[in-house]
Amino acid sequence: MADFKHKHIIALRDLSKEDIELLISTAENMREINSRDIKKVPTLRGKTIINLFYEASTRTRTSFEIAGKRLSADTVNITTASSSTTKGETLADTALNLLAMKPDIIVMRHSVSGSHYFLANKINCSIINAGDGAHEHPSQGLLDMLTMKDRFGRLDGLKVAIVGDITHSRVARSNIQGLTKLGSSVFLAGPPTMMPPGVEKLGDVTVCASMNEALQDADVVMMLRIQQERQGKTLMPNTREYSRYFGLNPNNIKLAKPNAIVMHPGPINRGVEMSSSMVDGDRSWILKQVENGVAVRMSMLYHVCGGELE
Amino acid sequence: MTTEKTVLMDSEGIKRALTRIAHEILERNKGVADIVLIGIRSGGVYLADGIAQQISVIEGGSVLVGAVDITLYRDDCSGQLPHHPVGKTDIPFSLEAKKVILVDDVLYTGRTIRAAMDAMMDFGRPQSIQLAVLIDRGHRELPIRADFVGRNVPTSLKENVQVVFDGSYQPIEVVLEK
Repeated sequence: MADFKHKHIIALRDLSKEDIELLISTAENMREINSRDIKKVPTLRGKTIINLFYEASTRTRTSFEIAGKRLSADTVNITTASSSTTKGETLADTALNLLAMKPDIIVMRHSVSGSHYFLANKINCSIINAGDGAHEHPSQGLLDMLTMKDRFGRLDGLKVAIVGDITHSRVARSNIQGLTKLGSSVFLAGPPTMMPPGVEKLGDVTVCASMNEALQDADVVMMLRIQQERQGKTLMPNTREYSRYFGLNPNNIKLAKPNAIVMHPGPINRGVEMSSSMVDGDRSWILKQVENGVAVRMSMLYHVCGGELE
Repeated sequence: MTTEKTVLMDSEGIKRALTRIAHEILERNKGVADIVLIGIRSGGVYLADGIAQQISVIEGGSVLVGAVDITLYRDDCSGQLPHHPVGKTDIPFSLEAKKVILVDDVLYTGRTIRAAMDAMMDFGRPQSIQLAVLIDRGHRELPIRADFVGRNVPTSLKENVQVVFDGSYQPIEVVLEK
């Protein structure tokens, strides 16, 4: 298998098919550590990881923290509510100050798309994107792909339906980038106001006129969260109407393949994008996604530590 | 520059060596009780299977066999070299109070064995850890020696010793490359 040569992981768009396959395969093999009695390996002993979160997060931050600790790195969390950002410090200044403390990796979530590229040009440690605006969320994309691979043993030839607010979804963008590189076909559905123009040019991507069209014979149904914090009131009339046209329920799931799985990046608005029965039902692989999150993030931390300066 | 290859052992020779190692393991441990074989990826895993087969032929019954990938325990992870691909560690049983026989194909610097011993300790507290290797080529960099050796082969640092396996993971031969 080819070596992983990247010092940063900012977007799946920047990675090759082989890079993505290596990250997923390493995660598969690291998963065993999480079921041991002693859930720790000495690999990243002496490395310091700073988790810098400018946006709220439970799963991603906790999961990156656990991933770092299981590899024996020292992890420090900084959330903006308790940082100097509230006193007016710029991103570049915050980063330079953190850098003076000699971290090896900064894992950052920021509301501005592309802020990681800005930072990568200014500092010399590794940067991992834990979500930037409406751009990408590579760790989520990777853990979603690992979950699909667990279910079907492959990604090549899968039909993946992604339903919801595509425009504001960094999860959708990372999945589209990764899945199309690995040979899956992506079908998108959502209100026209939430469908970015030109998205079908990203690869094997089809924009569907209705949710039913996207669900037809799907292997994977990925529901996105309606991001009420990111949009004005203009994009949809109300959540009840949204739910009627773009909500997943026991009826429309029948259009998908009999062995199809249902996924959601969380947090879920129960009753809006998915009915509770779908969230908790047999087809739901949502908690498996969370479980895979730790292994995928261990794999990312491991490989960027061996990456070269770009 | 052409590499010169010498065949040190053929498949029959390897089989006889594994059979002898199986006998020695049983003799030293007075039977199969509490014995587990852990192969070190990748060559050691196939050899551990071979030794386990011989043990069951000699004593009847079967011994537990596991596999360990030592990548995450290597001592050269802190450099800026691309990190090695991680293989699967597969030890679906506790090593608590077991007699662990580590199996590797070629014993060289001893660093792999150091890493494997550290990994073993994360799976419980074995009663003992013993080491079985097909080839000991010398040049140790750590105070480690094997308990069971197929063959001692004096080598120079420029040479390379390899155990070659076929498509179904059966050892075919041991070659020395100059």
